[in-house]
Amino acid sequence: MFEFVQRFFGKQPSSAMAKERLRLVLLSDHLSLAPEVVESLKRDLLEVISRYVEVDPSSCDVSFEQQDKQVAMLANIPIVAMRNRPTPPAAPPTTPAPPPPEPPPSLDPAGASAAVADEPEPEAVPDAPAAAAPGAAAPKRKRRRKRASGAPGFSAI
Amino acid sequence: MREAVPEVQPAADAAPKKRGRAIVVTSGKGGVGKTTTTANLGAALAATGATVVLVDADVGLRNLDIVLGLEARVRHHVLDVLEGNATLDDALVTDKRVSTLRLLAAAQTREKDDVDTSAFRDLIDSLRERFDYVLIDCPAGIEKGFANAIVGADEAIIVCTPEVSAVRDADRVVGLLGEGRQIKLIVNRLRPALVRRGKMLSVQDVNAILRLPLLGVIADAPDVIVSTNKGEPVALDQTSSIGAAYRAIAGRVTGTDTSEPEIPREKSFFEKLFGSRS
Repeated sequence: MFEFVQRFFGKQPSSAMAKERLRLVLLSDHLSLAPEVVESLKRDLLEVISRYVEVDPSSCDVSFEQQDKQVAMLANIPIVAMRNRPTPPAAPPTTPAPPPPEPPPSLDPAGASAAVADEPEPEAVPDAPAAAAPGAAAPKRKRRRKRASGAPGFSAI
Repeated sequence: MREAVPEVQPAADAAPKKRGRAIVVTSGKGGVGKTTTTANLGAALAATGATVVLVDADVGLRNLDIVLGLEARVRHHVLDVLEGNATLDDALVTDKRVSTLRLLAAAQTREKDDVDTSAFRDLIDSLRERFDYVLIDCPAGIEKGFANAIVGADEAIIVCTPEVSAVRDADRVVGLLGEGRQIKLIVNRLRPALVRRGKMLSVQDVNAILRLPLLGVIADAPDVIVSTNKGEPVALDQTSSIGAAYRAIAGRVTGTDTSEPEIPREKSFFEKLFGSRS
């Protein structure tokens, strides 16, 4: 009877709480259990971001953190400088976007930083994409948050 | 007739060796019913006529003998065999009820680190040559005892109760068992009344996470406690529904039963009134 009243008032049964808590904890268990997955994610992330801004791969940090309702991916990627001519993100979801013409696939941090050294002001770039502009104006360290969603599909160890 | 061509035939062809199935019963978490499951599955398998040996890999915390009611018959243990202080035949204890069931007890006064992993693998291999089924009762945890218990097994049965801690540990153990082993699931101690009221994870909830082939579901019932008190596997009790559930699991292990496992349901008022057993 008491349960009925609880359910009437929309109280979640404890088994549903158990399910949800398990889902979250296993998601983070699996992520923390697969350092090589995190490493390759970090590589891919850096590759994409460095099309727009110059970053320092050595001081990049990616971690996962459990928040109340979700597991969040926290990527702390210090920006060294803006790229001269960032690849415009024309239509990211539809077109696979051809590889950036300017920066070579293998990062050459020394050369790249030398190129932008004479042009320290990011705002000088006229056609900087709107998405990148606030980041450039903001403090040096940019914090990106991305929700890691979906069922835990792998259980690597 | 074979001695006529002793030089021509390679030794391996001379006597085709038996290759029984080595199955480790494991869970990660302690207290979910690994030993009870091993004892009952072993008894149910042996009752079908198969030869079965139960190996207690929980060195230091021996319990399979007392659950089976064979504690008074144990003379030698697994470390006696591994260290050459007893032969395998000396150490194997024959069950009181089922003549095809044997027990190899764990050492009680030793530690898990005393067991050499490769020697344990060899022991399991030699048992597979003599028995149809080698069931290994794995200790809780994921340390040396776990590594020893799984080393010789190419199949695993995960015992999991419908609790968050057990499911999380089972998930971890599945990862540790690796790709090379066939892994199946037994959900233990299910309380159908609690599931219906949303107070316990259901079998579907558990297996939505673990995603393993389901061998069977055992309800949380007094039968198991009573049979353990007596040292008589409930699987041999023809009047018990829990016993029937264990026998059905044995049928799925041997492959004679291909039906979907039955999920225990709540007892009706009538069953509650007249179904209690002492």
